[in-house]
Amino acid sequence: MNSSPQLRLFTFAAPSRFYGLAGALIPWFWVAAIALSITGLYMGFFVAPTDATQGESYRIIFIHVPAAWMSMLLYLVMAFWAAIGWAFKARLASMVARSIAPTGAMFTFVALWTGAFWGKPTWGTWWVWDARLTSELILLFLYLGYIALVEAIDDTRRADNAGALVAIIGAINVPIIYFSVKWWNTLHQGATISMTAAPKMASTMLTAMLLMTLAFWAYAFAVVFMRTRAVILERERDAAWVGEQLKKEGAR
Amino acid sequence: MNWNSASEFFAMGGYGLYVWGSYAVTAALMLAEPVMAALRHRRARRSAAEQR
Repeated sequence: MNSSPQLRLFTFAAPSRFYGLAGALIPWFWVAAIALSITGLYMGFFVAPTDATQGESYRIIFIHVPAAWMSMLLYLVMAFWAAIGWAFKARLASMVARSIAPTGAMFTFVALWTGAFWGKPTWGTWWVWDARLTSELILLFLYLGYIALVEAIDDTRRADNAGALVAIIGAINVPIIYFSVKWWNTLHQGATISMTAAPKMASTMLTAMLLMTLAFWAYAFAVVFMRTRAVILERERDAAWVGEQLKKEGAR
Repeated sequence: MNWNSASEFFAMGGYGLYVWGSYAVTAALMLAEPVMAALRHRRARRSAAEQR
């Protein structure tokens, strides 16, 4: 039986191969993250004008919106890889899913925190039980619940599968967050960017926000790959390739 | 240019607490997370090496 085409397609699904690939990519993601955030922050603070109604407080948008986007996107990516790992017994997919969770939780917290610090001067309150804010808080609990669950089960495979179930069910919350501002009468403003309407923001504001979004993407890749490499070593430390890898790294 | 002086920049038009309170916490978390991931990787390498 000739299995070489399959081997090529799934080469990087092998934890040993992915370990090397991720290690080579991480520095480039850091370079991109740093360069994009310096440019984005420069645009956000020195080029984008003062907002006519909110004054300087609106500058929180350059981290608030990208963090909120990342919090939702990472949840869907986590649920996707958890499902793949469960359905196809793909070890690496489960490891990636677990590695995404802390980063997703971090961005969710940042979205809530910066939202509170923006809400106070503009709405006069740090927090309201509004549909958008509440569903984002539920997202934070879903991430924390996922982490607590997979850490509590000793058997790795069972933990991955139980985590996948929670991640998939919880994914229903993501469209709820996204559409909450349409479905309910919320204090939170509507979508910042719409696919169908022209942007309402000044173009320099929009550019700064998109640059920060790309910076957060690069950051997420870098830090998730770092954590995945750690998880791979934790789980595969008995494998022969790990010994060879350590010898190779030690020689350098 | 939006600012005439450094103090004007830090004051953020009176919203300094809110703007810098947001940015400081975000920066602290985004610096701490990769450090924690790197430490975890180092721990995993060490314990894998000790087994051999």
